[in-house]
Amino acid sequence: MLLHAPDIAHGHSRVKRRTFVFGGLSAGGALLLGWSVLPPRQRLHRSSREPQSGNRVALAGWVAIGADDRVTVIVPKAEMGQGVHTALAMMLAEELECAWEQVRVEQSPIDPIYANLTVGRDALPFHPDESGVISRVVEWYSDKLLRNVGLMITGGSTSVRDLWNPVRDAGALARATLVNAAAAEWGVAREQCRVEHGVIRAGDRSLRFGELVASGRTLEPATTWVLKDPSAYRLIGTPRIRLDAAAKSDGSALFGIDVRPADVVYAAVTMSPTIGGSVRKFDAAAARAIGGVREVVELTGQNGGAKGVSVIAERFTVATRALTALNVQWDAGPKATLSSPRVRDTLRTRAAERGGRTFRRVGNVDEALTTASMVVEATYDVPYLAHTTMEPPNCTVLARADGADVWVGTQVPTQARSAVSAVLGVPAESVNVHVELLGGGFGRRLEVDFIAQAAEIARALPGVPVQVIWTRENDVQHDFYRPACAAVLRGALDAAGRVVAIDAVAASQPIVPAYGSRNGVALARFDVHKSSVEGLFDQPYAFPAVRVSHHAVSLPVPVGYWRSVGHSHNAFFLESFIDELAFAARQDPVEFRVALLLHHPQARRVLELAAERSGWRTAPSPSADGARVARGVALHRSFGSICAQVAEVSLSAAREIRVHRVICAVDCGVAINPDGIAQQMESGVVYGLTAALYGEIAIARGQVQQRNFDGYRALRISECPVVDTFIVPSSESPGGIGEVGLPPIAPAVANAVFALTGERLRSLPLRLSAERA
Amino acid sequence: MITLHVNGRAVEVDVAPDTPLLWVLREELGATGTKFGCGVSLCGACTVHVNGRPVRSCVTPVSQVGEDRITTIEGVTRQDLQSDTTVELRRRQVAIAVQNAWTARSVAQCGYCQSGMVMAAVALLVENASPGDAEIDQAFAGHLCPCGSYQRLRAAVHDAAKALAGI
Repeated sequence: MLLHAPDIAHGHSRVKRRTFVFGGLSAGGALLLGWSVLPPRQRLHRSSREPQSGNRVALAGWVAIGADDRVTVIVPKAEMGQGVHTALAMMLAEELECAWEQVRVEQSPIDPIYANLTVGRDALPFHPDESGVISRVVEWYSDKLLRNVGLMITGGSTSVRDLWNPVRDAGALARATLVNAAAAEWGVAREQCRVEHGVIRAGDRSLRFGELVASGRTLEPATTWVLKDPSAYRLIGTPRIRLDAAAKSDGSALFGIDVRPADVVYAAVTMSPTIGGSVRKFDAAAARAIGGVREVVELTGQNGGAKGVSVIAERFTVATRALTALNVQWDAGPKATLSSPRVRDTLRTRAAERGGRTFRRVGNVDEALTTASMVVEATYDVPYLAHTTMEPPNCTVLARADGADVWVGTQVPTQARSAVSAVLGVPAESVNVHVELLGGGFGRRLEVDFIAQAAEIARALPGVPVQVIWTRENDVQHDFYRPACAAVLRGALDAAGRVVAIDAVAASQPIVPAYGSRNGVALARFDVHKSSVEGLFDQPYAFPAVRVSHHAVSLPVPVGYWRSVGHSHNAFFLESFIDELAFAARQDPVEFRVALLLHHPQARRVLELAAERSGWRTAPSPSADGARVARGVALHRSFGSICAQVAEVSLSAAREIRVHRVICAVDCGVAINPDGIAQQMESGVVYGLTAALYGEIAIARGQVQQRNFDGYRALRISECPVVDTFIVPSSESPGGIGEVGLPPIAPAVANAVFALTGERLRSLPLRLSAERA
Repeated sequence: MITLHVNGRAVEVDVAPDTPLLWVLREELGATGTKFGCGVSLCGACTVHVNGRPVRSCVTPVSQVGEDRITTIEGVTRQDLQSDTTVELRRRQVAIAVQNAWTARSVAQCGYCQSGMVMAAVALLVENASPGDAEIDQAFAGHLCPCGSYQRLRAAVHDAAKALAGI
């Protein structure tokens, strides 16, 4: 039944209208609660009921309570390591007032109520400290568009921000519903009931949640509910072991690559080694002659993927052997002259040009630059980067005449469904996407090239599930790379060493239009997106005059979202440059930044916490081998949170950069799971250090030169610093966390290297010449 | 047909002799806890024990394994009826301690590399009851974790060593 609720006051002082979809008892004996979480203006028609499937009511809800007292939190977000399943479950269980031990999670199906609205707002080029009529109107339209499109996306560190209200409302509504039923049963006022650890009590009477469900009572959905006062939180803010920790220690956790539908066969692929190349010819007969080979399929390159050939066989190793037998001849195509040194030159040249699109303009920058006591100018650049998720891209598709099943680790189930539907020519609603655990995402699994490719392969064997597995070589050579980027920064200082103006010009391939066009995302056609300049124009510093511009450069290299996106390079540019200005002004890097943050107590607190905990004002002790250690600092705001890091760095005898310790301070609003936050800080530092110290995709003759972890080096345990995390207490709504720890690490290390050696490294990966300059 | 001894069971598989053990485990035996990460022994995700020693199954042809005892993540805490020796008992005890420590520390993030990490930790602690940080780093030198679980896994190895010392 569909209930239209009246205006409801709940929790916060806001008044909201809500739409309920209420399922009652499913065949499996579980109470399912679902409702639209959409703000008032879209509250009614976006809620949809799904047809019944299996032994449960397929209402798009958020929680199921079993007769066995088990509380199943339905999570629409992909778990790729960031701990989101645990955080969302904590939020719901907090309001439901069940015991943490009762809770488990289950991946949601596709439904419009799970559409991510925060990604849209986050893509808009508005300064986070300035909210005006224009930004509010555009954000309203963004929400509206995203609700209509109904994209389910796990990315952009949006999950907790996106679901902070709906998931807590879910728990509170479920609790109110159960309380109402118990109160009616006992003939008492609901105010006389209290709930704790999954048990409702009034006087000496008590009912477990499971008993209420098992009794088959009619449970009318509550129309009012009250969110808990944060001072009463028992779960939120307490460190919790991840719900998936045990299954990921004993091998029982199942990833996309682990699904084994009956009669599954395996496919291997080979794709054009040259960007934009195509297949000239291949010997299909030779491959088919190998025992166990089932099909040979030419690949057309869907959703931005490369052209190539696939072999389906009963075993993956047979399929890979058969690929060799194909003896594919390639046409390199027109991009065969592309080289990354030339890309770097192009980007540096463009960044040195005036003009481009201006994302922020405050004061008169040109005048400040001409009249300043001192002008500092520096050019920075970063290379293309691969994602190298530990689980290589893979996807299992069972294609039927009337639909398909897809088992895949993806950050974008709705996009995956559209892609498969388009390839197979079946309605999207007939494609079931089973989202499995992701062996790493980092943005690679926002792409659906490998999913559409798997559909194209599986189409050749209708009725048979085909698991397409990429090798690491496929993965490294056919990624959507973090764009290479160059930036020229100029800063003007007055006679007292104060910053009077900042002028930043960056040049890179923009991601949004590329992603939009290869995936048919209409929203991306609206050319308002900040990803190329995020981290450059939106930081908390107060510059009297500032101008941030970007040249969109067209290059054939496929580029995509990479953990923290534009912040991944812009933090390096800006925070290195701030350090250069501090040096020019003969000021301490922390004090210099504090002076720029006098109006921003929140950012200042984060910076000062990191400085204090690192012992910034004391000399660091030498490393174990007696080498001198220096510290570098960086502060960065991204995804609604602020993070400061102090890195302690020394050099080996061979002048390799070694990072011993990173002190990390973060303000991410309400901390849901402090241990999960610390873990994401550790993760951001490690993933970011791989990029800062080693990461580089090089292109020669249009071909990616790296193939595996030998050429594309990743941080190993002996190179991993100690990461100490300090969380700033906050009662603000949560910020993001999965990417926030990454941006500051490269500049913090580069700044430490400068403090140590006097050498300013302005390109990533950071490398010192073997001999002292 | 090739006969393998996996997790205390003798199993027959019909594969080419040069097939890497990894794919036999994953595809023929359905033991998917052992992971494919790089295929060339660079990442450690495919680590299993062969006669108690950590081995990269992605570069180990089945023909090379012969009569050797293979232990995977699925079997590392289970009783091996065929070889219930003191060493095996110790290995099971260590594996349980390692998995408990891994869970208590929330070591895993995406978790894809963790089967290999756990197998490496078990092999290390069977050989060395209280490894120092340098020895831990050495034992895990061939293991990659892009998510960055290194700090926690190091602590978890120490936790497991302490727990075992108390047994």
